[in-house]
Amino acid sequence: MDLALWIEFIIKGFILIFAVLTGFAYLTLYERRALARIQTRIGPNRAGPQGFFQPVADAVKLIFKEELTPAKADKVLFVLAPIMTVVPAMILAAVIPLGTQFTLPFLNRPVTLYVSDINVGVLYLTAIASIAVYGIVLAGWSSNNKYAMLGGLRSSAQMISYELSLGLCFVIAILLGNSMSLLDIVEAQKSVWFVVIQPVGALIFMVTTLAEVNRAPFDMPEAEQELAAGYHSEYSGMKFALFFMAEYEKMIVISMIAATLFFGGFREFWFLQGTVFSVDHFWWLGPIYLLLKVVVLLFLMIWVRATWPRIRYDRLMAFGWKVLLPLSLALVFITALGILLANQFGAIYIWTIPVLSILAGLIAVLLVNMSLRRKVAHA
Amino acid sequence: MLLEYIAIGVMIALATVIAVIAIGLGELFGPKKRSSVKSEPYESGIAPIGPGTRRMPVRFYLIAVLFILFDIEVIFFLPWAVVFRQLGLFGLAEMAIFIVILLIGYIYAWKKGALEWE
Repeated sequence: MDLALWIEFIIKGFILIFAVLTGFAYLTLYERRALARIQTRIGPNRAGPQGFFQPVADAVKLIFKEELTPAKADKVLFVLAPIMTVVPAMILAAVIPLGTQFTLPFLNRPVTLYVSDINVGVLYLTAIASIAVYGIVLAGWSSNNKYAMLGGLRSSAQMISYELSLGLCFVIAILLGNSMSLLDIVEAQKSVWFVVIQPVGALIFMVTTLAEVNRAPFDMPEAEQELAAGYHSEYSGMKFALFFMAEYEKMIVISMIAATLFFGGFREFWFLQGTVFSVDHFWWLGPIYLLLKVVVLLFLMIWVRATWPRIRYDRLMAFGWKVLLPLSLALVFITALGILLANQFGAIYIWTIPVLSILAGLIAVLLVNMSLRRKVAHA
Repeated sequence: MLLEYIAIGVMIALATVIAVIAIGLGELFGPKKRSSVKSEPYESGIAPIGPGTRRMPVRFYLIAVLFILFDIEVIFFLPWAVVFRQLGLFGLAEMAIFIVILLIGYIYAWKKGALEWE
């Protein structure tokens, strides 16, 4: 435990946090511009070239805003809640590998491109992701506001319901990667991405993460028509900014996790393997490939927001509990079965997994369709 | 091994410091013109009626209890998934029995209407 190691930890932590923070700032701009394009508007383009300084202007504005605290609010929890929401969002990225490693010039010191590679990486992700629920519940409860409380309750119920399917999707990735370390999972996807082996699992992962970060079409806690602004109704100024920050940082980090678990992580695309563009060749290509995948996944999230209306709350809960939970349980079982078959009878049998899971997905869609039809017939 | 966790600890400290600084900046530079009307809870422009924190629907408790049940199940899956390749057929059979037992509870909850939201 020498000084250099401490310095390395602090520098890496700082770089990662600032990367996520800058990512957050420019994700807001990216989202506004992309949404505008989809709605045939132009979007913010006044501050700097192409609106490049818009996030800076927003931040400065929020710093100089008056902060209000409701009269009967729980003062301590009211301040603690935004901190408890934003800290997990920032540290979630600690276990995600951005690349392999490189040797620092002049000092001759190997530096790994991740803050830490713990052997229970996936468990860490599930644990830290669920801490954010506390922040939101506390924000709703401490505000002494009806809308805030209802929003906080709704949000917590929704997040914990979808966490089950999310956890099962993590299990699928662990099964396929045969390890909980995210670095091992990425290495296991060298030849074929897990999204190819388990497409339905990847889809469920993306749906549940949308619910987990309270994004459209699952943004019930913030349904304006019903709840004003939900759990952050009473927040203003920088405290509001922290909630906003947490949401967008979680979007980024969750896209990073999705890319790592199902889309090959920092690894090059399969057709670039063995060429000069491989990560084994140049270490700095790792973060670039990851960034590319994250940008695409983020665009999907924005696209979904621009396209789909909000789901009614009872349907949202029914979808989580009655469709996604049994379906993801079935997928875990199918994945385990496929791995067993591949081990016993040869690698070709791994392809039973996608076939069976797509079949299971289709059956689920059919059942949902039938039950919806029955409801319409009754009404 | 411990070093990896120290790295995460350092990061938690950094993140907390940054969050506290952000709130501190707002406190420092924001104007402070308090008034009794301003500090009333927001209720779409009218004077708030009744207390802000009140009794909540029992459904939320039900969801929380069900969540604990099934989340523990998911946590049991994690170590099983790591050693699954060593366990082989035995592991699959064990987990199938486990899932069946849980499914009985799940179907019971469903039939009892615990998952309905009306």
